[in-house]
Amino acid sequence: MTGTGTGTTGGRYAPAPGAAPLPRMVRAQAWLETRTQLRNGEQLLLTVVIPTLLLVLFSAVDIVDTGRGSRVDFLAPGILALAVLSTAFTGQAIATGFERRYGVLKRLGASPLPRWGLMTAKTCSVLVIEALQVLLLSAVALVLGWSPHGNPAAVLLLLLLGTAAFSGLGLLMAGTLRAEATLAAANLVFILLLVGGGVVVPLERFPDGAQSVLQLLPISALSDGLREVLRHGTGMPWGDLGVLAVWAVLGLGAAARFFKWE
Amino acid sequence: MRSSAAVEVAGLVKRYGSRTAVDGLDLTVARGTVTAFLGPNGAGKTTTVETCEGYRRPDSGTVRVLGLDPVAQSAELRPRIGVMLQSGGIYPTARAEETLRHMAALHAHPLEVPALIERLGLGGCGRTPYRRLSGGQQQRLGLALALVGRPELVFLDEPTAGLDPQARHATWDLVRELRADGVTVLLTTHAMDEAEELSDDVAIVDGGRVIAQGSPEELCRGGAENTLRFTGRPGLDLKSLLKALPPQTGAAELSPGSYRLTGTVDPQLLATVTSWCAQNGVLPDRISVERRTLEDVFLELTGKELRS
Repeated sequence: MTGTGTGTTGGRYAPAPGAAPLPRMVRAQAWLETRTQLRNGEQLLLTVVIPTLLLVLFSAVDIVDTGRGSRVDFLAPGILALAVLSTAFTGQAIATGFERRYGVLKRLGASPLPRWGLMTAKTCSVLVIEALQVLLLSAVALVLGWSPHGNPAAVLLLLLLGTAAFSGLGLLMAGTLRAEATLAAANLVFILLLVGGGVVVPLERFPDGAQSVLQLLPISALSDGLREVLRHGTGMPWGDLGVLAVWAVLGLGAAARFFKWE
Repeated sequence: MRSSAAVEVAGLVKRYGSRTAVDGLDLTVARGTVTAFLGPNGAGKTTTVETCEGYRRPDSGTVRVLGLDPVAQSAELRPRIGVMLQSGGIYPTARAEETLRHMAALHAHPLEVPALIERLGLGGCGRTPYRRLSGGQQQRLGLALALVGRPELVFLDEPTAGLDPQARHATWDLVRELRADGVTVLLTTHAMDEAEELSDDVAIVDGGRVIAQGSPEELCRGGAENTLRFTGRPGLDLKSLLKALPPQTGAAELSPGSYRLTGTVDPQLLATVTSWCAQNGVLPDRISVERRTLEDVFLELTGKELRS
């Protein structure tokens, strides 16, 4: 003990350290991240406005030949896949990239919240936003005459595996590139996958050679899988689930290996 | 068994590529004290502090913070320390109060957020996004984030840089309050007056090592010469004065009637000077003993030239 009366005073700042219970920490972090995302205009453009506009526009106007059947039955599953892409990949990559750049991740690194707790919170936040997107986009699609089929469990599994795959890739990008590069690249990838991933344009419109490559993209597997279930009532689209699982393992593995916190 | 020191660093070495940022640094911070970590830019302060916070792994040497290894026992250590980063570490759109409430939610027994906001003069800007706070407000929010978890030990990185004098004194008062309540504080600073005002102990670091450590008084007392000045009648016979004084003492008439003695200025020397004045019928109408300031000591130790 030193002569300054250490620890014996009952002053306002008298030390009383300790971490909050883990569920409370994760909840607080997830809530903060969700609010930050929902307040961000650019992110809302990406996660809400663009998918909704595409759904309405492409359903109402015959821009792309979507094959037999109603256009909204083709488009709705693709737009749900796009929603997952926008939140789990683009939104998360940009937000995390700037958190890294602003030292937010560093700051949290000295807080009681462990890194895996932070990652759990990010995942929860992504899932909450996705749930809101699915509700909104499904409602819009239903108004447009969408008649979904299939097993809800298969849909849920596809959405979760898609989220895992895109989160891994988004975090890999955020944790290795500069924030500005992440911002540009994440938006570019969003547009490329929107066009070439079977979201609004059927993959059959592409030449055979390109098709066989594009099919292996996570966005193609997700939109195709959702379409199989929601449009054709397929039980479990194992091929698509397998492609997503491989991307999830590769993406999350690489992110865990190469992510730089500062 | 609790270790008696809050921070114990021994032989710390940290290299970045070919550059050695910290080169065998030793530092002890006693519990319940305020210790200032002073040094020129690039001296190794931030690297050392960040090693204590668990951000960096030492290349060699040992670091114990509250008796724990900051890397291996990070999960145990983190709830017990408060960290104020120079860079803030706050998302630009996050609001001041929400940021603070969030940090409070990560701790078991946090301070009351409204009271802390009031204490730091952030009452008017609780809903303001971080990027729209003034520099001083951002600084104070960073300080609040370090304190809200009621830590045993806080690391403050230049806590008053960019603050106006009122805010600066308010922050100093707060640091004194922390010490009074038993919190250990390690602060890095460039401001000598801050170190002199606040700290029980000062560690001066240069070239990756601690080159001097002690209380501000000890550091100012030791080492080179002090000064005694007096004014009197012009043209005094300084040779006769010097004969009465110890051999190492120097004397000069800087301007007519204004004299300066340099050497070991102790009570004996002062007595000798005044009795010599009495014998010579001189009434010194002003007499002052100048102690070296911490800044003098710092510049003496780290060199006066600016470094890149």
